[in-house]
Amino acid sequence: MTADQLTQPEPTRRRVIEIFLGGGLLASFASFLYPVLRYLVPPAVADLGGDEVVAAKLAELKPNSSKIFRFGSRPGLLIMNSDGTYRALSATCTHLGCTVQYRNDLRQVWCACHNGIYDLGGRNVSGPPPRPLDVFDVHLRGDEIVVSRKREA
Amino acid sequence: MFATLRHWLDERLDWDDLTAPLRHKTVPNHRLSYWYFLGGITLFLFVVQVLTGILLLLYYRAGANEAFESVQYIMTQVRFGWLIRSIHSWSANLMIFTAFAHMFSVLFLKAYRKPRELTWVSGVLLLFLVMGFGFSGYLLPWNTLAFFATKVGTEITGQVPIVGKPMMIFLRGGEDVTGATLTRFFGFHVAVLPGVATLMILLHLLLVQRLGMSIPPKLEVQWTANPSAKREMKFFPNFLLRELMAWYVGLGVLGALAAIFPWNLGVKADPFVPAPAGIKPEWYFLFMFQTLKLIPSKVWFVDGEVLGVLAFGLVGLLWILLPFFESDQPSRTKGWITGLAVFALVYIAGMSVYGHLAK
Repeated sequence: MTADQLTQPEPTRRRVIEIFLGGGLLASFASFLYPVLRYLVPPAVADLGGDEVVAAKLAELKPNSSKIFRFGSRPGLLIMNSDGTYRALSATCTHLGCTVQYRNDLRQVWCACHNGIYDLGGRNVSGPPPRPLDVFDVHLRGDEIVVSRKREA
Repeated sequence: MFATLRHWLDERLDWDDLTAPLRHKTVPNHRLSYWYFLGGITLFLFVVQVLTGILLLLYYRAGANEAFESVQYIMTQVRFGWLIRSIHSWSANLMIFTAFAHMFSVLFLKAYRKPRELTWVSGVLLLFLVMGFGFSGYLLPWNTLAFFATKVGTEITGQVPIVGKPMMIFLRGGEDVTGATLTRFFGFHVAVLPGVATLMILLHLLLVQRLGMSIPPKLEVQWTANPSAKREMKFFPNFLLRELMAWYVGLGVLGALAAIFPWNLGVKADPFVPAPAGIKPEWYFLFMFQTLKLIPSKVWFVDGEVLGVLAFGLVGLLWILLPFFESDQPSRTKGWITGLAVFALVYIAGMSVYGHLAK
């Protein structure tokens, strides 16, 4: 053995200890950081509205008119067609999330923000919207107009 | 890369000169050296408080109608919210404990003597600030216990002659404990106290750095008589690494306590419900609470409560000024301050236990 080898500590053993200590330390820091990172992300707001909501009373709407109603935390659009039938759509534009409105002159749904247009079936027919609006089921219960989410077929 | 960065800083800021005190600082090495860790651990817990406090601020809402619900939200909906809040509560209590322990270790090792009187003064003020943090933070979840603790605590302030009543109204933001009180306490807790405490901590640390570590008197005599017996370690990195290890253990203890014994939220405060039986303040106020309970309602012709409050005020003031009563000649003091420290420790511990057990 040379003098040099005697003064140097065994490299591999030291290396193993370093890896274990350093790795353990890093792992523990990761375990401290993980809860903090998760904490920073706000929890999803629970949709308290459930699957069904009373959107309006029967007498409220005239033919060829509409009403915005609350569906959970989001707005919905209830339209009474000229023939007296009802239609309910999500009122959140699929483009950038503005609230849409019913245009009784065009008989279409219009988003004022970027001139997006949907037909009464919720299909995006013109302008920037990339997807159709969600369509809800409408049925009558006594004098109440009840809107519910479409059951997944 | 570090070398280049260091060189860059050194060229502009004379970095080596700036960090010189840190490199030259030494810590006396003796069998009682462990007591030097307590101040650092208290500082570490303060940092934990600041960090977890900032996290809690992301979701907490002050206000009588929202505070309880927002803490409930933190604890039930926010991921790891229960952990963050629990750590904040546990760390607060541990910090008060280590601050007390630090103070008593300074007393028994006689570290408050000349030239360190101002370090002591700033330290006692910090202890009072920490208790202020405890008192103001306790109300923030707006639960029944907190509500009545605040009612009683501010009522006691109101007992002080002449200035008491206006002070109570200032603290409460009105005649009664209401949402206005909560708003104020929130402001004190997250803005006023942290600002003052940070400045005070900086002063405290500056003094410690400037004056160096105190050596217990007996050892000092031995070391002056026989300089070869003197043992020291470098602050950087030797002492600092040991301190960091203590912090790491402290963090482990904190995490374990917070996870195994999560802090309760209790029941939402309702001003129109009578106080629950056996209501008590937090443990660090218990010795004062119990003392006030034991004083007769009339002493001679003075109100018992008033007497108690004034006595605590006076003792607090004298406590701040304690180092100035120590005589320069060691023979003349004969350790009466140590005797006083023993008495204080026994009194605080005894009254706390008594208060805890008493109905």
